[in-house]
Amino acid sequence: MFSILRSLWYTFLHAFHKRETILYPEEKPYLPPRYRGRIILSRDPDGIERCVACYLCAAACPVDCISLQAIEGENGRRYPAFFRINFSRCIFCGYCEEACPTYAIQLTPDFEMGEYNRQNLVYEKEHLLISGEGKYHGYDFYKVAGIDAGVKEKGEGANEQPPVDVKSLMP
Amino acid sequence: MMIKVQIDGTYYEVTPGKNLLETCLTLGIYVPHFCFHPAMGSVGACRLCAVKKYKNADDKKGRIVMSCMEPVSDGLIVSVKDQEATAFRAAVIEGLMINHPHDCPVCDEGGECHLQDMTVMTGHNYRRFEFKKRTYNNQDLGPFINHEMNRCIQCYRCVRFYNDYAGGSDFAVLGSHDHVYFGRHQDGILENEFSGNLVEVCPTGVFTDKTLKAHYTRKWDLTNAPSLCIHCGVGCNTIAGERYGGLRRIMNRYNGAVNGYFLCDRGRFGYEFVNDDNRIRKAQIRITKDKNLEETPPEKLTTALSDAFFGTKRWIGIGSPRASLEANFALSCLVGKDNFFHGISRKDHLLVKTAIAILMNGTARSPSLKEIEKADVVLILGEDITQTAPMTALAVRQAARNKGIDSTVKSGIAEWNDYARREKSQDLKSPIFIASSFGTRLDDIAEKTYRASPMDIARLGFAVAAMLNKNAPQVKGLNEAQKELAKEITGVLKDAKIPVIITGIHSGSPDMLHAAANIAEALKLNGQHPLLSFLLPECNSMGLGMMDGKSLDDAIKLTDGGESAGLIILENDLYRRADKAFIDSLLEKCNPVIVLDHLVNETTLKADILLPVGTFAESEGTLVNNEGRAQRFYRVLPPDGSAMESWCQIRDLMRLSVNHEEVLWEKFDDVANAMTDQIPAFSKIKGYFPDADFRILNEKIKRQTIRFSGRTAISANIDVSEPKPPDDPGSPLAFSMEGSDEVPPSSLVAYYWVPGWNSYQAMNFYLDEPNGSLKGGDPGIRLIEASAANHLLFFNPVALSFRSRSGEWLVVPAYRIFGSEELSSKSRAVAARIEIPFILMNYGEAEELGGKDNDMVRLTLADKIIEVKLKIDNSIPAGILGLSTGLPGMPYLELPGMGKLTVLKS
Repeated sequence: MFSILRSLWYTFLHAFHKRETILYPEEKPYLPPRYRGRIILSRDPDGIERCVACYLCAAACPVDCISLQAIEGENGRRYPAFFRINFSRCIFCGYCEEACPTYAIQLTPDFEMGEYNRQNLVYEKEHLLISGEGKYHGYDFYKVAGIDAGVKEKGEGANEQPPVDVKSLMP
Repeated sequence: MMIKVQIDGTYYEVTPGKNLLETCLTLGIYVPHFCFHPAMGSVGACRLCAVKKYKNADDKKGRIVMSCMEPVSDGLIVSVKDQEATAFRAAVIEGLMINHPHDCPVCDEGGECHLQDMTVMTGHNYRRFEFKKRTYNNQDLGPFINHEMNRCIQCYRCVRFYNDYAGGSDFAVLGSHDHVYFGRHQDGILENEFSGNLVEVCPTGVFTDKTLKAHYTRKWDLTNAPSLCIHCGVGCNTIAGERYGGLRRIMNRYNGAVNGYFLCDRGRFGYEFVNDDNRIRKAQIRITKDKNLEETPPEKLTTALSDAFFGTKRWIGIGSPRASLEANFALSCLVGKDNFFHGISRKDHLLVKTAIAILMNGTARSPSLKEIEKADVVLILGEDITQTAPMTALAVRQAARNKGIDSTVKSGIAEWNDYARREKSQDLKSPIFIASSFGTRLDDIAEKTYRASPMDIARLGFAVAAMLNKNAPQVKGLNEAQKELAKEITGVLKDAKIPVIITGIHSGSPDMLHAAANIAEALKLNGQHPLLSFLLPECNSMGLGMMDGKSLDDAIKLTDGGESAGLIILENDLYRRADKAFIDSLLEKCNPVIVLDHLVNETTLKADILLPVGTFAESEGTLVNNEGRAQRFYRVLPPDGSAMESWCQIRDLMRLSVNHEEVLWEKFDDVANAMTDQIPAFSKIKGYFPDADFRILNEKIKRQTIRFSGRTAISANIDVSEPKPPDDPGSPLAFSMEGSDEVPPSSLVAYYWVPGWNSYQAMNFYLDEPNGSLKGGDPGIRLIEASAANHLLFFNPVALSFRSRSGEWLVVPAYRIFGSEELSSKSRAVAARIEIPFILMNYGEAEELGGKDNDMVRLTLADKIIEVKLKIDNSIPAGILGLSTGLPGMPYLELPGMGKLTVLKS
């Protein structure tokens, strides 16, 4: 008897609590930046595509919903010729983001991707590429990599000695 | 005799004479290593294969030794897992990684990198070194190889392969101390014909495949199939890799008896013709003679073909030495044996038939490349083998080391101890004699070279045979130098344990074959076991030659009677086989002309009905190589409806024709079995290759790796619902990543992968021992065997000596590895290496004519006039010219022949 009355009392008190329910979609919920929603491709601080088409996201994807083809620009910079994610298969596990060595592929707090037609859930590079750096600022893979892809010359990287002079006999 | 060793507390019975690392890899024990390569031995440079060795059972302390430098001996006690040894290996990797750049995502080696594997295997995962990394500038090494020197770990494998194994001279280790640099003295094309192997030999990404870079795909994403190289008669085994419907690369597939660990550059980089824009993808019909070919819908095509078969009573079928046995067989069934022609000129046909007859006779064994490598004397008659059968040249280069190896082994140094062996043997070389019309790329290892016309080279061969055996036909009129040389060769051959005679049909001289056969017979009568290798030009020249059929010249005789006949040409550009006017008249006389091919060429342009067929990458088939070994290749590109296999196309034609309404061939096995039943020469093939019903634990063999990515996205742009994986009912392989994890039979290995070994080195675990045979035997079955009882009548008469005439030259063919072969020269990277058509001439004679290097000259040969570039070559004797053969833009010329030359003033 007491427990019933106590339950009624607590339920009654909830009428004066702050409301958890919001009026979606008029009002948007707060989602933390690390929420795993719609996948995007970001750009590096210079505004060039970050993706180097290394295929690691595709390999990490447990549902195999990422497909791309690497191609090289004139200066040897590698980028995807096409980059396709089939969101009708995606499980938003975030493995692709974890695998990405350049912070190019990122999951965002956007989850509003509903479509009436399943075909519209196939995103190509132009749908994925955003114009900013996304969550990770200031990182440029080619500044720390060894190759010269038009970003920095050999030996000019942050952690590099100038190129070896093969003809020198100095110790 | 086996000995007992103890490794990590377990006893193993092992073969003596090996080093510990080889032994561990044979036993399947993972010992990390870098600089050791089974084909090149050990030098102990990288210090990664450290293990602990104990003096005896009481020794608990032990000492660290390099397993690649440690011979296995009876009672040896070692530990691979020992803590100190493990820590030592981790420290070595940490040291190597200090300067290794942060490149893996953009490195083409990533995912199949030996350094990645070893780093994971030794457990090094966190960088402690805080200082700056060493960097290098790269070099442009030509259209095949990409250079990224930052990634180098100084294992010296590249320079050991390129210089010591393949005989290159334009690549070296430069600089000193921690500044050593592996490259050329300046930017430029790597000259050696085997430079592509650097891609596989290099354990990191310093040398990567430039053709793959243009359409890069990771190893795990490729759909692979066991394939064969179709660019010469050696028949090297390859792995072909596909992605998104295009052929992406060719890798070496180990075959202990054929190519071992290596491929030549023509084989590795000549694949791109498969992706060419000039591929014939749809059937085309010429409605009336004066119109162009037009693409046709299938219904119209069927009507046109039915009309053609209804209206034509007699069909001439022209086969091809670059098509599979099964395709040629299907064609001969369609047109009937009497109307089947080999599609090569009468001269080539005669040469091929002569070569096969000599081998079939059974006097001498046709050696595999492995056997050539073991030779102690090699005599090459009239062939520039580096250009015509490159991998044979690489084998001969290894044979040259055998005398040095013998002397090393006698002094107690193991064969695998590479550096010590090299020091001990110095310049000691097995005798290699090269007789050719001009300098060859093997001259640096030759004991003696002889430069003369093909006739005189044959005479030298006859003279050697005559000196070996009195009953052999004697050669009259030799000069002193020739006699001296013949005597020297005879002296060496007499005492040889494994004498190998290599000749071929490229010089266009049947006397050469006769001379070689005479030497082999003379040696055999001497009680020796000679090996006789005939080099034939194309991937299936041998197989086609073993089938019944006449030459192209005979085909035209059939049409001379006035009776109308239809012509079916199978994968053959006839304009490369015979004179233009001759082929024109043949095509004119026949109506209709049906051509089956995959690339547009002069012959396909003349077709009335043009049917698309698959290349080697889109077909399954059997090829017979120079050795007489039948090998099978499997399709790697999934069928997309455009390119049907040749035999399927011909079967469909048979169903349309009146006489063959009930052709029951459904699967590849049906046509293969029909062939082996009907042609006795091929009966051994029956049952050798696993058929389409072959299963391991009820599953087909997978073409894709377990990590194959993108299955649900590849075709999502066309339709979001994934299609079913392509069916392949005709083969034991599946277009799938699902299948048994067991190692498939050796002829069906589609890729190499062992847990922990993602790199190409995984292949060592597919072998019964490093540098040995594949588990289950090396793939392929020899169709021609020699027997001790068989003898040959000496060929007679001896060729006549060549007499030069003033104002005229003997023009002999000069083949080029890049350009002389039809299909590879249509591949982008190889095309970049093709020379402009040239003629080789002696300096003295050129000066007399007033010609300089690179001048244009006009050559008149029979009734043909061509203009080519003059190349001064002092190795060519006076009175002889070497004309580049088969290069794009060169017409067909019957060589050797007498020609006149004039220098064009510019």
